[in-house]
Amino acid sequence: MRVLLRRFSRAYGAAPHQPLLVLGAFALTAYVVVLLVPDSSFTRMLVWFLAAVVLHDLVLFPVYAGADRLLRAGARRGRTAVGWVNHVRVPVLGSALLLLVFLPGIIRQGEFTYYAATGQTQQPFLGRWLLLTAAMFALSALWYLVRVMRSRHLGVGRDGN
Amino acid sequence: MCRAAVFQLDASYRAVGASPPPELGSARLAPREETRRDPWEELPFGAPAGAWRLLARLRPSGVRRSRMWRSPLRGPWLTSVFGAVLLVTLPLVTITGLLSYIAYGPQFGQAFPREVGWLRLPAFDWPTSPAWLYVLNQGTHVILGLVLIPVVLAKLWSVVPKLLEWPPARSPAKVLERLALLLLVGGVLFEIVTGVLNIQYDYVFGFSFYTAHYFGAWVFIAGFVVHVALKIPRMLAALRSRSPRSVLRTTRAETRPEPLDSTGLVAAEPAAPTMSRRGALGLVGAGSLLLGVLSIGQVVGGPARRAALLLPRGRSYGSGPNDFQVNRTAEAAGIDPADTEESWRLVLRSRNGTSRFFRGELLGMPQHTATLPIACVEGWATTQRWTGVRLRELAVLAGVPEPTWARVSSIETVGAFRAATLQSNQVLDPDALLALRVNDVDLALDHGYPARVIVPALPGVHNTKWVRDIEFGSD
Repeated sequence: MRVLLRRFSRAYGAAPHQPLLVLGAFALTAYVVVLLVPDSSFTRMLVWFLAAVVLHDLVLFPVYAGADRLLRAGARRGRTAVGWVNHVRVPVLGSALLLLVFLPGIIRQGEFTYYAATGQTQQPFLGRWLLLTAAMFALSALWYLVRVMRSRHLGVGRDGN
Repeated sequence: MCRAAVFQLDASYRAVGASPPPELGSARLAPREETRRDPWEELPFGAPAGAWRLLARLRPSGVRRSRMWRSPLRGPWLTSVFGAVLLVTLPLVTITGLLSYIAYGPQFGQAFPREVGWLRLPAFDWPTSPAWLYVLNQGTHVILGLVLIPVVLAKLWSVVPKLLEWPPARSPAKVLERLALLLLVGGVLFEIVTGVLNIQYDYVFGFSFYTAHYFGAWVFIAGFVVHVALKIPRMLAALRSRSPRSVLRTTRAETRPEPLDSTGLVAAEPAAPTMSRRGALGLVGAGSLLLGVLSIGQVVGGPARRAALLLPRGRSYGSGPNDFQVNRTAEAAGIDPADTEESWRLVLRSRNGTSRFFRGELLGMPQHTATLPIACVEGWATTQRWTGVRLRELAVLAGVPEPTWARVSSIETVGAFRAATLQSNQVLDPDALLALRVNDVDLALDHGYPARVIVPALPGVHNTKWVRDIEFGSD
């Protein structure tokens, strides 16, 4: 029996409990699909489900990885005594994160439902996001300045964290 | 190839202005030839081995792991740190989400989606104490969900080499596992996207939020359970591979890649680090903190509310007694102010018959004041001082002193929440009110004038506004 199991594991590529777990998960998912198929917006949900993965893996990730590559290339060219890459990265990432999460308010999407729910408009959000972005860049620049001064003072300045 | 890789690494260290770590010096090149072998490339093939081997050989040009993924930070330890954080926190988000479904009262058919087949949750009477129970539940669900977004993104970043690895599978097991990963990644992203849109009242997706978020959660749970069960041993081993303290002490210049192993996460030809591991962890933590600071205010309220700069419920309505968060305006609900004036009557129904009360009569009854929160499923809350008639006294007036349920209906004729059924404990709680006043003044129309329900720990939308009638039952 044990030999048989070991042989199975080798041919299949994992221990025997793996297929049980995975197939269990597929069964649950299939059940969810069966429940949802009669829903008139099932296709929409499916599209959003798959789009979430595709947009992350094939749009969001390549965009930020590519931007970072450009940034690093720029850093190699414009080298300074005190590394500045992370002083750009951090505020850019902070700002992008806020844009990503709070996009509806910032671009005023869903204006009607927003107004119905709150009795207010989304007017201030774009400005606030820009101010937050500006603040993050300013703090980062200030911190960079401090590091430059300190490195001049101490005569060292290489580590970038 | 290996020799070239080491030189390249050396060169890239110099390029970013750092000296290469001593272990990459040429004196130790010879033994490194051995250690730079890529154990991932040498993983065994399952059956049928010939087919998998052929697939491996059909590598599309350009898909070269070593060239595409260069970050020296990626590796099983870093992935496991993110994994461990999510392992503890995502179940909290999931459980509070499911609890919220129960709080809506599925036993009365008022939790959405209504038809859930065998995915029915155990129904129990949602408690009325502590009064902030639903604030805590939804605050945890929404704020923790938001705070975890950077962690989820970082986790996905750390494993992205697996997405395009070649061959994509070496055995039937791997094929199934990868498909199961689609449930996990799709599930978590779908829940994040629908949740984030919902709390901002953006219904661009065009399907029922409740249905999608509920069933999406089950798909996520399926993927999550499988992933955790299969990866926990590897996660624990990876976490033991280095001490957090040593990571926190390591500067960027001293940062080394994790040892190349069979996980396929570590870069085969790592570039020089531009950030330390502690820096990367700090960056993710800072992202979480940023989202936390910008959202917690809409849960705790008070002066902290102003910190929720980018969320709907961080805004002020003014400083008057009725200037607090409105959930659905009277205008949106189609309330005709004329229906709320002198002609308005509260109708109490039961098997014993129907009785009507005008607002003056209600104000003449014993008044009770309670400070209670309205907490919304969207993770915001506002706590106010409400005054009105106890629901249990209205039940006595209706001739049903021990009701098992009460159905409250609104003047509103269109919305999904124009009526709600309350459990026995929600009617009998001494702080459960038909509120007529708030903060010592009459309710504003947007807050439900002439009368609204307010019950401790009840989901916000079930605190029916513009109440028209209440039916008490004891069956």
